[in-house]
Amino acid sequence: MDFDLNEDQSLLRDSVERLAADLYPSLEGRQARLTAPLGFPEAGWAAFAELGVTGLPFSEAEGGLAGGPVETMLVMEAVGRNLVVEPLFASLVLGATALRLGGSPAQKETLLPGVIDGSLRLTLAHTERQSRYDLEDVATVARRSGEKFVLSGAKSVVPNADAAGLMVVSARVSGERRDPHGIGLFLVPADAAGVAIEAYPTQDGGRAAEVSFSEVTLPADAALGDPEGGLPLLERIIEHGIAALAAEAVGSMDALHKLTVEYLKTRTQFGVSVGSFQALQHRAVDMLIQLEQARSMALYAAMMVEAEDSGARAAALAAVKVQINKACRFVGQEAVQLHGGIGMTLEYLGAHHFKRLAMIEYQLGDTAHHLRRITQGENGLLAA
Amino acid sequence: MDLRFTPDEIAFRDEVRSFCRTEIPADIRKKVSEGRSLAKEDIVASQRILNAKGWAVPHWPQEWGGRDWTPIQRYIYTEELFQAAVPLPQQFNCYMFGPVLATFGRQDQKERFLPRAANLDDWWCQGFSEPGAGSDLASLKTKAVRDGDHFIVDGQKTWTTLGQHADWIFCLVRTDFEVKKQRGISFLLIDMKTPGITVRPILTLEGRHEVNEVFFDAVRVPVENLVGEENRGWDYAKFLLANERTGIARIGLTKERIARIKRLAKEMPAGSGTMWDDRDFRGRVAEVEVELKALEITQMRVAAKQGRADSVEPDPASSLLKIRGSQLQQAATELLVALAGPFARAAPARGAGANNLPGGFDWVDAAAPSYFNNRKVSIYGGSNEIQHNVIAKGILGL
Repeated sequence: MDFDLNEDQSLLRDSVERLAADLYPSLEGRQARLTAPLGFPEAGWAAFAELGVTGLPFSEAEGGLAGGPVETMLVMEAVGRNLVVEPLFASLVLGATALRLGGSPAQKETLLPGVIDGSLRLTLAHTERQSRYDLEDVATVARRSGEKFVLSGAKSVVPNADAAGLMVVSARVSGERRDPHGIGLFLVPADAAGVAIEAYPTQDGGRAAEVSFSEVTLPADAALGDPEGGLPLLERIIEHGIAALAAEAVGSMDALHKLTVEYLKTRTQFGVSVGSFQALQHRAVDMLIQLEQARSMALYAAMMVEAEDSGARAAALAAVKVQINKACRFVGQEAVQLHGGIGMTLEYLGAHHFKRLAMIEYQLGDTAHHLRRITQGENGLLAA
Repeated sequence: MDLRFTPDEIAFRDEVRSFCRTEIPADIRKKVSEGRSLAKEDIVASQRILNAKGWAVPHWPQEWGGRDWTPIQRYIYTEELFQAAVPLPQQFNCYMFGPVLATFGRQDQKERFLPRAANLDDWWCQGFSEPGAGSDLASLKTKAVRDGDHFIVDGQKTWTTLGQHADWIFCLVRTDFEVKKQRGISFLLIDMKTPGITVRPILTLEGRHEVNEVFFDAVRVPVENLVGEENRGWDYAKFLLANERTGIARIGLTKERIARIKRLAKEMPAGSGTMWDDRDFRGRVAEVEVELKALEITQMRVAAKQGRADSVEPDPASSLLKIRGSQLQQAATELLVALAGPFARAAPARGAGANNLPGGFDWVDAAAPSYFNNRKVSIYGGSNEIQHNVIAKGILGL
């Protein structure tokens, strides 16, 4: 066991942190970036692509950086720390994981060059109006038509769909709405006939969209893997998503905690710095405890997300999300409270961290959802 | 960064695991698992088995029986002991007195005391807290006045854990009243059989005799029993507390408790099945498990870092482990009481042939006492509030 970064990992972390800090030097600068048509400037995306981040998880033979879960964690921590809005989560994590784990050699050969050089952005469309966080709850239909599939249905809150060239869409080829069998993952070009994207901003500075599919004809090779056995792949994509969100949350909480402690040291009331009050000191310590527990779980996620045993992996990532969700809420709420009035204002950086953290809690499964998943196992978490 | 155990670490874990489960008597481990009190002979027997293997004091210097283990190995060792419900080596001998003497004692003191401490031939207890010196330990008043080649010790210590078994007590005593309170303290070794010492039991919430008051009335202690330099005792005490906090999170202990709760839940009837079918109860167990998993990783991160730091100052990160670890130990005992449910209140007399087990369950009467007793863990070793202060100052700079 070794918690130190190796030389390549340190280099990656330093260069990504430096780029993110350069692109996001101030809150004003960040808010200006959000006004671009896609919610981020193309130049920002290009800068990440130039660094090679868009090819991070792919092998060197494929033209990537051969990064694993630890490398993704380092990138996502920088995303969280700097409140980056370029669609790294949607494309680099969700979309690229789908291609990496589910793509055939032919699909990879066609798509990877664009993904790696940044010209092709991806996203994952899996949430439906009734599905909540249940991945097997899929009403969108992919009807077989000869060799082809015809896609009909709608997906909700699809991250950065308006910036994606290609969407990975979960759709039902057979079975009832909540049947774990019969689900496929399909590659759907955003500009395919019958695809409608209604994009909007999210509460935390990002972009998402309602996406509908009206008799969209897909070729046979649009399916990622088995078109009726796609649920395990979707589960793996979501597990990688949870690991990435955990790292992003840690980066954001780390920044927010530092802001808060700094504020406690500089804000004066009653003639002294408010950080001299024990009631506030202890709350700042409790924030730190939650942050460090969350950091440990982000590491645990990186350790477990490629584990062979799917039961242990699923339980581990569920546990990660439970801990991260609780930490996000606690650290976010305490930070606002310890700042007092200034924590309530949009002109304060900490407020934007608070909003991002609040929303992470409801991405890819809330606390109740993941606790339920843990208790569904025969022996709970630790025996898994 | 590689977050998995290496093959060597796994082999080591398996060796410790198998030793604990085959060599330490099952009846002792059962008592630990059920949270019942251990007799002195149980603790001595278990420690001597470990010591014969060379595992009683692995963290001591090698010349005094220590092993050159990595921090991760030490972590694995401690956790495996907890998980197998093996009593930890007597903590005052092994984690407090031994390291202090090995670091600050004279050669003749080390030769005289260390081998006997490792084998539990001498039972050591700690004389730190006083009625007026708890969190503010440095305000202690027990005094030692020089009289020729003796100190005359007068005063009172309290919360002396298992002092009723003790052959020796290591004490913080005031030897200079004129200087800043931390500067006038010395570290003195006192034979418990010396005339003038009285030990009075204190029964804690669950009714057990675990702690004591110790009174010193003109107790004559040879000057040669001073450890290190006179009036430097506070430095030695800080060194000792740094040692004490390693492993204080007791992750393995809580893991063992949770595993036991799961086993018992599957045998506790409820509704049309058992308590393990109760999703609310399972959810509560899962929440503790999640926190515990996070703390386990945190503990390994701290251990890996401490392996490099060569500091005698406590790492403030260990305060974090103390806070969260104690909270989770307590949470596990609360779950056990919840599982005992309506039977938790019963406190029947136990003995051979007793036919009064509440509901027929042989463990439910030990649940509430374990819960009562564990309220101590957020108080001792520096209360959780003191640990918050340590972190606020040491990490956050507030």
